[in-house]
Amino acid sequence: MSETLIKAEHVSKKFCRDLKTSLWYGMKDITGELMGKEKKNQTLRDKEFWSVDDISFEVKRGECLGLIGRNGAGKSTLLKMLNGLIKPDRGRIEMHGRVGALIELGAGFNPILTGRENIFNNAAILGFTRSETRNKLDSIIEFSELSDFIDTPVQNYSSGMKIRLGFAIATHMEPDILLLDEVLAVGDMGFTLKCYNKMDELLQKTAMVFVSHSMPQISRMCSQVMVLKAGKIETTSNDVSIAINKYYDQYNFEKGIIFKTEDAELESIFISSNGVKSSQSELFEMNTEDSFQVHLTIKLHKPIASPTLFLNFLDKEQKAFATVGNFKDYFKLERAENKIHVVAKFNSIRLTQGIYSIQVGLMTFENNLRRNLFRNQSAIYFKIKSSNPGWVPIQFVPEWEIIQ
Amino acid sequence: MKVTIYTNKSSMQSPILMVKSMWKDLISSKDLSLQLAVRDIKAQYRQSILGILWAFLLPLANTLIWMYLQGTGIINVGKTEIPYPVFVFTGTMIWSIFVDSVQMPLNQIIASRSILAKINFPTEALFLSGIYQVIFNAAIKILLMVAALLLLGIYPNWNLFLVPFAIISLIITGTAIGLFLTPIGLLYNDIGKIIPFGLQILMFTTPVLFPMPVNGWAHIIYYYNPLTSIVITTRQWLIGQGADYLPSFITVNIAMTFVLIAVWVVFRIAKPLLTERMGS
Repeated sequence: MSETLIKAEHVSKKFCRDLKTSLWYGMKDITGELMGKEKKNQTLRDKEFWSVDDISFEVKRGECLGLIGRNGAGKSTLLKMLNGLIKPDRGRIEMHGRVGALIELGAGFNPILTGRENIFNNAAILGFTRSETRNKLDSIIEFSELSDFIDTPVQNYSSGMKIRLGFAIATHMEPDILLLDEVLAVGDMGFTLKCYNKMDELLQKTAMVFVSHSMPQISRMCSQVMVLKAGKIETTSNDVSIAINKYYDQYNFEKGIIFKTEDAELESIFISSNGVKSSQSELFEMNTEDSFQVHLTIKLHKPIASPTLFLNFLDKEQKAFATVGNFKDYFKLERAENKIHVVAKFNSIRLTQGIYSIQVGLMTFENNLRRNLFRNQSAIYFKIKSSNPGWVPIQFVPEWEIIQ
Repeated sequence: MKVTIYTNKSSMQSPILMVKSMWKDLISSKDLSLQLAVRDIKAQYRQSILGILWAFLLPLANTLIWMYLQGTGIINVGKTEIPYPVFVFTGTMIWSIFVDSVQMPLNQIIASRSILAKINFPTEALFLSGIYQVIFNAAIKILLMVAALLLLGIYPNWNLFLVPFAIISLIITGTAIGLFLTPIGLLYNDIGKIIPFGLQILMFTTPVLFPMPVNGWAHIIYYYNPLTSIVITTRQWLIGQGADYLPSFITVNIAMTFVLIAVWVVFRIAKPLLTERMGS
């Protein structure tokens, strides 16, 4: 069960930046196609650009190719070509077997008709016959967990409910190839997990192409990841973490949003490690498990009672993945004025390679109410070098013991 | 296992393959189109009180307006073989079937824009579904019209059984025109605005509200208008007369069938180019 189901060779697609020109080219292209003209050398016309540029890959049954890249990198265009909705301008795509696409779930639902009626219609659009749908009806309703609402008009459904129904219908069609575009972004947690399980089940029998901006989803599903940048392949890797890091590298790291009050501000922050200090101009680099120190100078414009300082470590998506203890462990003083200068020392944390930042904040308590004095989102960035790949920020290294 | 290959080649370069896939898509959209038609008809009537009567009310209002114009002498349309109310009423009803067919392809595509840009399914299903809906509405119109004719003292005869053929030819002609305009209409919305206006002009050059002019340049326009024979034949079969224009009715039908197939090819070729410009 490992035959190649998707084969893309040097696929390219051009788009036009300007609507008016694009419509005019559309008219010209239609007449050109009608004449059956041979298009030998497709070149760019005025105001055109390659939206997808020379992309080749193969996906076998049981494999999942992840497509990542910034907005406008060409992911969705590529998916539309694989689905046969638009034609490539260059190159060749070969698709083996029945193609299913989870692109916008519930597209084509009629709001006035009931959920049950919409199951039949949507399934028919996806290529089911009526009797096939009838056989799977119970299973679809059960999966969607909507049995109480199945005879209610779809216009009364919440957006999450529509997605459930759409997902349930689409995944029941047993395709050979499944194209997924950002489908699991919505829906409550329980259902999302259920969808993952369903997709794992489908993956055994299908070749998948999965577009997402969520790296945890990508790393969970994909056996191969392709990073796109301005229509071109930047990296393709079977090691998901390498590709994810390449994707993260596309982002410029800028100092984050600063919230401050008139009472206090962060005057300076720097990191030191092995006697080297970080500078303003360059990204500070250190090795994983190096011990490092964070030096903070805080300027107080008036005396503050019980100032409390906290640090959070942020990953590349600006999500906090580690924090300095909890409320109890935060750095606290009874009272301070003018300046606070502190150093936080960290020893041998196994951070995965990549770029991280530190969020710094100062708060105070007035009548048991917390008040933020300042919060600097990404006050400083640093880079961890390591020979251990991965994309999850912290790696625990257990001691393994063989029981049997 | 089915293998599909996508390249930049125009399907005009392999005509046999194209005809095969056209046939295949038409067959595979048989069930889907019926289902979509039922869906749309259900949805349409579920949110309406007068429901089916709408098919009838607008032509009726139009008839009353023209009866008023003619009756008060504001407009004199000349002599008709049958009572003028019957003439206008049948004419307007027949014409509305044609108008439905012309507007159907573009409307169907626009209504399904969101799924067309996301799901790959035979677009033929949308057009077939549109045709079913036109037929459904036409059937209601014909039934109500026959009832009205009986009330007015006009008794149809066996020719009534030929009316469905006339309806089909109205639909073929209308769909061919509508489908021809669809690719351009999807790119430029000017087309959508021109269609109602163009249909108005076409109506005044077809014996819908006025009988066929006997002489002058108006006669020549009416004579060469392919819709003339269709409208006249439909009306004559409906009210129990023989078809005076049968030979040209048959010629027009054959010609329009070929036009429809040609326009279908054009649409299929244009479809991916339209999809990439329609967005979602």
